[in-house]
Amino acid sequence: MSTLVPAATGTGGVNGVALTVLILLFALVTGMGFWATRWRRADSMESLDEWGLGGRRFGTWVTWFLLGGDLYTAYTFVAVPAAMFALGAVSGFFAVPYTIVLYPIIFIFMARLWSVSHRHGYVTPADFVKGRYGSRGLALAVSITGILATMPYIALQLVGIQAVLEVSGVGGSNALAKDLPLFIAFALLAAYTYSSGLRAPAVIAFVKDALIYLVIIVAVIYLPSKVGGWDHVFSAAEAKMAKTSPVTGKPTGAFIPNTQQYWAYATLAFGSALALFMYPHSITATLSSSSRNTIRRNASILPAYSFVLGLLALLGWVAIAAGTKPIGLDGKPNAQLVIPQLFEDMFPSWFAGVAFAAVAIGALVPAAIMSIAAANTFTRNIYRDWIKPDATHAQEAKIGKLVSLLVKAFALVFVLTLDKQNAINFQLLGGIWILQTFPAIVFGLYTRWFHRWALLAGWAVGMVYGTITAYNVINPATKGHFGGSLDMIPTIGKMGYIGMTAFVINLVIAAVLSFVLNAMKVDAGHDETIKGDYFADAGDPRVEKNVSLDARLTTGTP
Amino acid sequence: MSIDSEVDHDTVPPANKGLLAVAGVLLALPMLALLWVSSYSRKDPVLWGFPFFIWYQFLWVFLCSAMTYTAYRLVLRARPHRPMTGTQREGHTR
Repeated sequence: MSTLVPAATGTGGVNGVALTVLILLFALVTGMGFWATRWRRADSMESLDEWGLGGRRFGTWVTWFLLGGDLYTAYTFVAVPAAMFALGAVSGFFAVPYTIVLYPIIFIFMARLWSVSHRHGYVTPADFVKGRYGSRGLALAVSITGILATMPYIALQLVGIQAVLEVSGVGGSNALAKDLPLFIAFALLAAYTYSSGLRAPAVIAFVKDALIYLVIIVAVIYLPSKVGGWDHVFSAAEAKMAKTSPVTGKPTGAFIPNTQQYWAYATLAFGSALALFMYPHSITATLSSSSRNTIRRNASILPAYSFVLGLLALLGWVAIAAGTKPIGLDGKPNAQLVIPQLFEDMFPSWFAGVAFAAVAIGALVPAAIMSIAAANTFTRNIYRDWIKPDATHAQEAKIGKLVSLLVKAFALVFVLTLDKQNAINFQLLGGIWILQTFPAIVFGLYTRWFHRWALLAGWAVGMVYGTITAYNVINPATKGHFGGSLDMIPTIGKMGYIGMTAFVINLVIAAVLSFVLNAMKVDAGHDETIKGDYFADAGDPRVEKNVSLDARLTTGTP
Repeated sequence: MSIDSEVDHDTVPPANKGLLAVAGVLLALPMLALLWVSSYSRKDPVLWGFPFFIWYQFLWVFLCSAMTYTAYRLVLRARPHRPMTGTQREGHTR
């Protein structure tokens, strides 16, 4: 069987055709972005209302595409298959149950969040927390966490763009040129968001989706047959995962989770699912749907994405069968390069270029949207609430633009200081943090029993525990900190996702302290919502007008 | 004076609790099934070359989809929308 596989070569210099196609597609899309800005300028408010963070009226199908666009990022295309390739099912395939259980979870609480947000004009999670608990402190905690947790998620996108550039031959082996692809990726992203705001990525999102679906369909149909069928793929993966790793002295990874890994697999999946819709960018995307029940109807068709995500994850194992050698330009192996490398080895050069462009644009668009969402959170919930309540729109727009740059600069710091060999860990690190805002947001949708100070205390302990525990995970190969997202679960004694452990600790503290504070009748804060708000739908009083976020904030136009 | 104006909107709209419970079970099933890793962490039976571990989880994509859709239909029937019209008090707002 393995004779079917051509000997895979290293990255080996510039792939002229692929690089040219990549640059051409990139230039086309960038041109479209700037054109969209100019074209829409005359009716900018309205256009943002259509797409942006504002009063969108999207039905089931458009929302389906948009959310799907949010899901298909460098996470799906680069990080998950790379984890499958390097470490196997526990580190990578958990993404499949993660994206399945995600939808019942959001089905349960998202409709309530939609209703109350539309009644009161909330567009960020922190807005809701402030209104519900009458606590600026708790809202501040939620917004800081949102911004912080978005950074490693953006970092993951930068790693994705870098991987594509590196495989297509941009960069070099000396110290200066080594990080060149990364800086190019960063500069592109920064220039892009700073000048165009949200409108450009909005227009490009459709091109991006089309390119991505094309590449996915071709990849999952063509590649497995080319390396000798799925039988061969799975046996090659099983053989590799069983081999003893020279670094750890243990098996390389998991083909199928063993009894010691059940908790890890389940907590990674469940924790990631609880975390995803706490990010500012995903909450604003769901609030944009046209009615309370759009998101629920969506929840029943979105799992189709999980199926494709699973096939993409398996491409990591296809690469094992194909004998792909992801060697970086510095001559060292780098698992993150495995999918671009597989495309380069297996596809004709021109289609490899199309695939590279799909991955790069597929990382650029979400990264732009994420950094804008984080900047919005800063401007609305920190700048306006704490620093300058009487700021003009122009000042707010300026701050928003600057913060979006700052967020990306910090994302770059994450890439440079953390171990990017296992980029999926970036997303898991973000998850550890953002998960700590879950009790305040989601439990708040159902009950006011939790006391605002108890939630704040639970959040603080969860954040500190999660960060310290994650810091202390040492990567066996590089000896670096933040080497993984699994640690021993206290009292259970098995490895599990740190985010879930921190979440449970957070919950226990919030519950115990709420009991005490409520018994002591400590001021619980003013709640501006009523029970009926959580069931409001389009057509009810105040529901229509108040969705729109300040258009100026997001476009940067004065 | 319409009936609407006498509705206190600081209450939960009435619902068919039985239907809501069924929907809850339908939503909980995929979560429980996938969190119970030991029930599917094995290789056999292999289907079209795919180990059980892989195809079983793919199968749940479709089961979850069907269950969530059923839950959606049930929830719509269980709690009809109560319009927030009329001269109700506007919450605790100042």
